[in-house]
Amino acid sequence: MTIKIEKRPTVGLSKVATSDTHGEDSPYFAGWKAYDENPFDEVHNPSGVIQMGLAENQVSFDLLEEYLEKYRDVARCGSGISSFRENALFQDYHGLLSFRKAMASFMEQVRGGRATFDPDRVVITAGATAANELLTFILADPGDALLVPTPYYPGFDRDLRWRTDVKIVPVHCNNSNNFQVTPQALEEAYKEAESKNIKVKGVLITNPSNPFGATVQRLVLEEIVEFVTRKNIHLVSDEIYSGSAFCCSEFVSIAEILESRNYMDSERVHIVYSLSKDLGLPGFRVGTIYSYNDNVVTTARRMSSFTLISSQTQQLLASMLSDETFTQNYIKTNRERLRRRYEMIIDGLRSAGIECLKGNAGLFCWMNLSPLLEKPTKDCELAVWNTILHEVKLNISPGSSCHCSEPGWFRVCFANMSENTLEIALKRIHDFMETRTIIQKH
Amino acid sequence: MALLSKLATNEQHGENSPYFDGWKAYDNDPFHLVNNPNGVIQMGLAENQLSFDLIEEWIKRNPKASICTTEGMESFRTIANFQDYHGLPEFRSAIAKFMEKTRGSRVKFDPERVVMAGGATGANETLMFCLADPGDAFLVPSPYYPGFNRDLRWRTGVQLLPISCKSSNSFKITIEALKEAYENAQQANVKVKGLILTNPSNPLGTTLDRDTLKNLLTFTNEHNIHLVCDEIYATTVFDAPQFVSIAEIITNDEVTNRCINKDLVHIVYSLSKDMGFPGFRVGIVYSFNDDVVNCARKMSSFGLVSTQTQHIIAAMLSDDEFVEEFLIESAKRLRKRHEKFTGGLEEVGIKCLKSNAGLFCWMDLRPLLKEPTHDGEVTLWKLIINDVKLNVSPGSSFNCPETGWFRVCFANIDDQTVDIALVRIRMFVDGNNDVKENGVAKEKQHWKRSNLRLSFSNGKYDENVMSLNMMSPNSPIPHSPLVRARN
Repeated sequence: MTIKIEKRPTVGLSKVATSDTHGEDSPYFAGWKAYDENPFDEVHNPSGVIQMGLAENQVSFDLLEEYLEKYRDVARCGSGISSFRENALFQDYHGLLSFRKAMASFMEQVRGGRATFDPDRVVITAGATAANELLTFILADPGDALLVPTPYYPGFDRDLRWRTDVKIVPVHCNNSNNFQVTPQALEEAYKEAESKNIKVKGVLITNPSNPFGATVQRLVLEEIVEFVTRKNIHLVSDEIYSGSAFCCSEFVSIAEILESRNYMDSERVHIVYSLSKDLGLPGFRVGTIYSYNDNVVTTARRMSSFTLISSQTQQLLASMLSDETFTQNYIKTNRERLRRRYEMIIDGLRSAGIECLKGNAGLFCWMNLSPLLEKPTKDCELAVWNTILHEVKLNISPGSSCHCSEPGWFRVCFANMSENTLEIALKRIHDFMETRTIIQKH
Repeated sequence: MALLSKLATNEQHGENSPYFDGWKAYDNDPFHLVNNPNGVIQMGLAENQLSFDLIEEWIKRNPKASICTTEGMESFRTIANFQDYHGLPEFRSAIAKFMEKTRGSRVKFDPERVVMAGGATGANETLMFCLADPGDAFLVPSPYYPGFNRDLRWRTGVQLLPISCKSSNSFKITIEALKEAYENAQQANVKVKGLILTNPSNPLGTTLDRDTLKNLLTFTNEHNIHLVCDEIYATTVFDAPQFVSIAEIITNDEVTNRCINKDLVHIVYSLSKDMGFPGFRVGIVYSFNDDVVNCARKMSSFGLVSTQTQHIIAAMLSDDEFVEEFLIESAKRLRKRHEKFTGGLEEVGIKCLKSNAGLFCWMDLRPLLKEPTHDGEVTLWKLIINDVKLNVSPGSSFNCPETGWFRVCFANIDDQTVDIALVRIRMFVDGNNDVKENGVAKEKQHWKRSNLRLSFSNGKYDENVMSLNMMSPNSPIPHSPLVRARN
């Protein structure tokens, strides 16, 4: 007979464990729950919630499958007997050289060869989530801050702040200039931190941007570099969507800026990359830190012990990404398909009377529903969001969960579903807008 | 130039420990049977390489388990896309089942409590983040795994307070020592949040007996502090006494079940040692505390196991027949290797701590110390690395309170290499003994050593190895008449 134990009062856990900085109480995640409870399926649940809050790239899997089909022996992902043992034993935190070379080469190709990457500066981490946290541990002390332009990826609240105890000071951007970062906004944010006696250790940008789906302009990048140089702080450029720019030449990497100035003063710059978005492999946990600072590379490498990439996965991707015929074709085709998807959703939304911010990259668009808000407040935005979630049955992400200072904007993902499903989603939006117009007319 | 954080610039990453110097010596001159027979033999790496053939056979028989084979490819898309931090349900079930089997099915594990981490390294750190604030402390019996200094302290800011264990009672943890360490902490105003045990022990290779475990659990329970049991060597137990997991104590023992607050108990597991898969980074946090499970799960976002790996592990570990065969055979091979190595050491008068688990033994080299000090140990260690050319790990790198003890790994090399290592040790000890017997000046010792070096380099050494192979009943050469005769 089992004897029931009386539940004692909760024993002490750490402050980190009991805080809510993990961020999971944000609407960003609440929408996912609604989806989980009633997930759309074309056949089995056609009236379910369509997931448009998940920035996944599912448009180019067939290309990966084709590669595996053709080269499965070469891929040697564990089925090659002699290599299994060495691979299973390989736990060197430098990572497989072949993998680092392949990543460096892939990053170069994504940038159209406009920047070079040294495999010895590639540090491996289990996903960009880990890369961003790791860099924060290295660049800032507890209580220090990073400046992050708003709106930003909700996950940053956890990744940059939770266990590191580092603060995020927002750099406010608004629609007056298409949400581009300005030197004034940077300066304001910096001063705000100073006034609270908070030490700013760096700026973190996402380029192409999440949630806009737009590349950062060269001029803006240069201004940011000038700002961080002047303040003598770091710059982290999260470029995980670099392969998702619809047109290769429109994406300018921070690496190109540095190369154009012969890497002068580049030790303050660090790039985060991952294969979760560009290759659609979020399950494999493939992240990298690329730093121009030797100390950061050494320290990051040591810290990566907590978050290495499975050697099995490194091996598979080393083969795949060093096959230039495959990668060139993949990059080109993937961009093209994403552009088509983007045009499809933009046209669909436009015909429903909804405008989006002009985008040219990423797996989502930044939709403007401010005309639907009774008042330009966060509460009204959440009310609209609730309606869309529960009545229109679309999980989209409200701008407030991305810390957008202007209410009424929503991020809508379009690459994590089939074209059919996207059509259905657009029809639902269309019908919803029509109903609202009718109601408004009356 | 913009500065880095204090974390980045302190030495807490621990890489300046002698633990790694030996590795560097090995990296510069790695032993290879054919290409570099005079190189340094790596005996500082606790890896399990004895049973790969069983795993490789399984993989050949189960192509569907890999998502890159023709048979397995249909799963590629779903697996590659799956990033839920709960992990694949089949992975969690397989891990829970495997953990049960490695504990002789004496206790059940709940798949819902299986949380992923980036190897045991990540799992240990995650638990510290969940259980302790910066400045808090965890008690740890010493000698302990050097990596703890980094894993438990570096980014968490948690302190480690060692509990000294003595050779006079075989390095067993005593309640007195535990109480003393705890009280010292109280006096120094340091908040102790828990006790972390490694069971089976690294570096000792011993398992904790039931009574000791119970007493430790009673102590932590009474003081309302956490108990973390790192059980990553659970499957390396090759001899009696049987392994007793903390899970068994708190689940099966009626009295304990009633009185113990399970919220204080947490297990760390991994496949790096038991299966020999350190590259796959499969770390597990298993907590009996719901809040810790939830928190650790959220934190696992920073160190999830690749779904490609989850998939193959799920298939492998849910193959009951394979698992049973593997567990029996692996233990058998470890026992054999342990006997061979410790037997060889005994023949030259070197004793090891009596052990029944692990991938290493805890060698007593106190008789070889020039002086029973830390310096004496370091001198001896450098001699072993540079002259005997074995990378062994000095007790000081494990925070051992006594000098003269060394950890030697034996499961990461093949039989021939073990033989060569034993020959080298014999020659070294003989050389030392000659000096002791004759009381001759250091010159002779120096000559002996350089003679050794000469003999290594001009092939005489290899002859010794060959003759050993022919003569030894444990000959690795399968067709040796002596082996056949024995069978």
